[in-house]
Amino acid sequence: MSEKNGFEPKIIGFLCNWCSYAGADLAGVSRIQYPPNIRIIRVMCSGRIDPAFVLEAFKDGADGVLVAGCHLPSDCHYISGNFKALRRITLLKKALAEFGIEPERLRLEWISASEGDKFAAVVRDMTEQIKKLGPNPLKEMEVKSQ
Amino acid sequence: MANQKIGAVLVIGGGVAGIQASLDLADSGFKVYLDDQAPSIGGVMAQLDKTFPTNDCSMCILSPKLVTAGRHPNITVLTNVEVTRLNGEAGSFEVKLRKLSRYIIEEKCNGCGICAQKCPIEAVDTFNEGLSNRSAIYVEYPQAVPLKYKIDREKCIGCGTCFEVCKAKAVAYDQKDSEATLKVGAIILAPGFEVFDAKLKSEYGYGRYPNVVTSIEFERILSASGPYGGLVLRPSDGEIPKKIAFIQCVGSRDYQLGNNYCSAACCMYGMKEAVIAKEHTPSPLDAKIFFMDMRSYGKEFDAYYKRAQGEWGIQFVRSRVAGVTEDPKTQNLFVHYVEDETPKTEEFDMVVLSVGMQPPKNAEKLAESLGIKLNGYKFCETQAFSPMETSKPGVFVCGAFSGPKDIPESVAQASGAAAKAMGVIASKRGAEVAVKEYPPERDVSLEEPRIGVFVCHCGINIGGVVNVPEVVEYARKLPNVVFAEANVYTCSEDTQKLIKEKIVENKLNRVIVASCTPRTHEPLFKETVQEAGLNPYLFEMTNIRDQCSWVHMHDAKEATEKAKDLVRSIVAKAKLLAPLKKPLINVTPVALMIGGGVSGMTASLALADQGFEVHLVEKEPELGGQLRRIHYLLEKDSDPKEKLDALVEAVTKNDKIRVYKNAEVVDVYGFVGNFKSKIRQKDGEEKEVEHGVVIVATGAAEYKPNEYLYGKDPRVVTQHELEEKLASGAFQAKTVVMIQCVGARNDERPNCARICCGQAIKNALKIKETSPETEIYVLYKDMRAYGFKEDYYREAAVKGVIFVNYGDERKPQVKAENGKLLASFWEPVLNEQLEVEPDLIVLSAATVPNPDNKKLADMLKVPLTKDGFFLEAHMKLRPVDFATEGIFLCGMAHSPKYIDESIAQACATAARATTILSKKTLEMEGIVANVSEDLCSGCRICEYLCPYGAVEMKDKEGKTVAHVLEALCKGCGACGTACPTKAIVMGHFTTDEILAQVKAALVEVKT
Repeated sequence: MSEKNGFEPKIIGFLCNWCSYAGADLAGVSRIQYPPNIRIIRVMCSGRIDPAFVLEAFKDGADGVLVAGCHLPSDCHYISGNFKALRRITLLKKALAEFGIEPERLRLEWISASEGDKFAAVVRDMTEQIKKLGPNPLKEMEVKSQ
Repeated sequence: MANQKIGAVLVIGGGVAGIQASLDLADSGFKVYLDDQAPSIGGVMAQLDKTFPTNDCSMCILSPKLVTAGRHPNITVLTNVEVTRLNGEAGSFEVKLRKLSRYIIEEKCNGCGICAQKCPIEAVDTFNEGLSNRSAIYVEYPQAVPLKYKIDREKCIGCGTCFEVCKAKAVAYDQKDSEATLKVGAIILAPGFEVFDAKLKSEYGYGRYPNVVTSIEFERILSASGPYGGLVLRPSDGEIPKKIAFIQCVGSRDYQLGNNYCSAACCMYGMKEAVIAKEHTPSPLDAKIFFMDMRSYGKEFDAYYKRAQGEWGIQFVRSRVAGVTEDPKTQNLFVHYVEDETPKTEEFDMVVLSVGMQPPKNAEKLAESLGIKLNGYKFCETQAFSPMETSKPGVFVCGAFSGPKDIPESVAQASGAAAKAMGVIASKRGAEVAVKEYPPERDVSLEEPRIGVFVCHCGINIGGVVNVPEVVEYARKLPNVVFAEANVYTCSEDTQKLIKEKIVENKLNRVIVASCTPRTHEPLFKETVQEAGLNPYLFEMTNIRDQCSWVHMHDAKEATEKAKDLVRSIVAKAKLLAPLKKPLINVTPVALMIGGGVSGMTASLALADQGFEVHLVEKEPELGGQLRRIHYLLEKDSDPKEKLDALVEAVTKNDKIRVYKNAEVVDVYGFVGNFKSKIRQKDGEEKEVEHGVVIVATGAAEYKPNEYLYGKDPRVVTQHELEEKLASGAFQAKTVVMIQCVGARNDERPNCARICCGQAIKNALKIKETSPETEIYVLYKDMRAYGFKEDYYREAAVKGVIFVNYGDERKPQVKAENGKLLASFWEPVLNEQLEVEPDLIVLSAATVPNPDNKKLADMLKVPLTKDGFFLEAHMKLRPVDFATEGIFLCGMAHSPKYIDESIAQACATAARATTILSKKTLEMEGIVANVSEDLCSGCRICEYLCPYGAVEMKDKEGKTVAHVLEALCKGCGACGTACPTKAIVMGHFTTDEILAQVKAALVEVKT
């Protein structure tokens, strides 16, 4: 699992119901192909995404986490949930480095209901980037400590 | 004379239009009788494989509507029925029906299908267009509603086998046709269309050459439930074709046949079939489309056309095919056509004929029994300003019966016709309806989680990529899963019955469906589990189609693994699901109408007719919008100025409608049923109004060109400006050049502006009327004179208007030299560059989105398309709804359209809005925040964060704690995330549930 060759990252995607989940659906109906590395978890709003969810995902072995919500400033179905996500994820990225996790493993993206192509492009790009980074360093630490 | 009105409506025709009209009526307090001649509802849409421009699976989006109609307490579905006579008048009709025998007692048949398995007789399967066989006792298709068998007595040999095996004792060989009488207040006609009989175009060899098929046969070939299980095969030998030709306009735009009109949908469905064929074929497939004009005029259609050419590599040839011949040895086909003035022949493995739409076979009989008028082509006659009204008051029409059209337009007209019917019998709302009762909810709080998993094949949409049986096997082994199985279509009516049975049999207390997106299908399944006595929030879904099989089509193994991960993850969540209550809220029976053009005024009147108040806000000093600039119509059936004046007068005089001119909506706050908005008036004064729904009817604008010397030379004008000149008598020109697609179908605005071709033809005809000697050139990319507009296109050509095709590589050139205007363009028939000296150049400028759209979209929290028009909830089946409940859109705010189309959508929003406004209370979403008061420290972070003011602080035994006002809470979860003591629990998305889902998604599979 630890060799970079043939490494297939697992990415957790927290998607808001109104924009980004709909965007991911549109990628489907448009048959835009992307790598099968993401596991999507639907939440009502990006403002629901607790930094603890992201940390738990990394702890559980995710190689990357995508948080996606409605476009800034004003697409959010719940008025300002996207701003809440922006604040939380920005701070969290800083904290991740402290845990020894490259901040690039966590991405925040704004994807609207009409951006199926963007969703697919983000997943493609993220998968590539994380392949270059290699597996989640926490997993390696765990292996070493055993 | 006192006319006792009846609060019921008869809808004739159970296709998608009839179903939509029925649902809107039934949800607004009216009784509906939905009849169809066929043994089941669904119409042509049920036969389709995919739908354009989203490539959505047709059955998947239709099925929830079929099921909802089938089980709606206010809808009685009558199949195998024909209407024989109509008496009475609007408000109180008496309709005589003849029910043709099924030879099955419908009340007893439970659709188990054993009879069909045992039936020894093979008959032609008409649902599969004769490409396969079925038994003599049959249902049309597996998801049929109602799921009742029928005996084909022409084929049945009377052996008695079905009678023997039927445990329900439903077979009745001696059943006779019966008569029935219905009393209704209004009638909606939605009998649909007939497919053109391709044998009449004998030069294409249909019926003689097995590998020439019609487009509807090809839909069945593409369909997973079709004759070849979704594989594209040649009928002659079952080989996979490598090269397919699509021939457009078969039975349309055909003067010899008398079908002069354009069938409006074939260009798009032809393209779609080519795209899907490539998708369904494992080896590379060449697809070539032979067309006259590519009429991809609808919303986002040209973007699809572009993708078809580029990404999907479909080839397009602008040519009317002369004939098709067959190589008798290989049964390959030779397509003979002319391109660039040169005769050519090309060999194909298969030919698909894009057959047109014809009026239903029984149109004349139906018209006679109902007393309505048909037009020259025997479609139902309507007029531009009354597209849903037949010649008989109280009888309305929608869908393809009033002219060829695609699904979203049929659906919009259907809702529009429903609004018209409601207007007739508004006083009888609620008189004939029942309220749906659910069984008492089972208390599952003391039970161990017992999870049932239903995995959908979705025809081949999922099953063609993901190994569904493997996923089912896998699911069975997961903790707490006590039942798992696969379904061909989990959303079909028979599966709903099955899910309910399995819940009872296996004492399930959590149900999971692994299929498509919860955004479209969750409500259906929630209702199913509720009917089985479970709280609807004990249901969950995971998306293994849109987000798995459709996006990993070439990686079956990984897609299957992903599907397993997703199932495992949702099972982990489901284990923790808790029942939730849906709060009830009151509804303010008032509408806020934004925009006072033809759409806004029409919708306002339709609502006022039903007794609802409307606040109509218009930005301009006068009502009327773009209609003020229209002086005459292409159809000439009415005077737009007279109609405008009548509309303005009706709106102004109506005491239910309050008009605000020179005003704009500056703030919208609240939610379905309970909005509060601020209207800023001319004097700057702000007025706050309360309302239950919002309708966006803000229209669009004409593009101000910067091409072709517009604005630099006064002899270059737009079509609207020409129309002004013609109307005022200021027009004078010997030579006119019109240039189409100015500001449309380019890189900046890739889509078609839809109405400019009609405008150009209309103005060209007007010029010919007043000044016949004027020479007119129309330079076009594709003349998109769809539907009956084709007649006027032909008329213009006959009257000497010269139509010249141009492509992007050779755009027309315009210059001014020595005071003269010069237009030069390539003439493809003469094969030379022409130069003319027009006195007037008319630019068919695109219709562009209203510049205020962005601001309004932000205020309402609704999306826009990339082009800047408003984006509806679903392009095919929810054309006038936004995804946000209680907000609707119509007219040119949606996309460019003609007056009749805007009126249909405007009436449609009225019907959709009435489904809300007619209710005293609405059931709200149960997903709200809950405060655990023991844990709450009273820090007020949640109160500060909540954008809806749904959190207030209260005193609990001397301690300040947060309290959630359920009716205001929208369930975003921001408070729960921020709560430092984790005292707030977000219903259905609890922290524990989400974390369980995350963990399970990541656990490596150990088997």
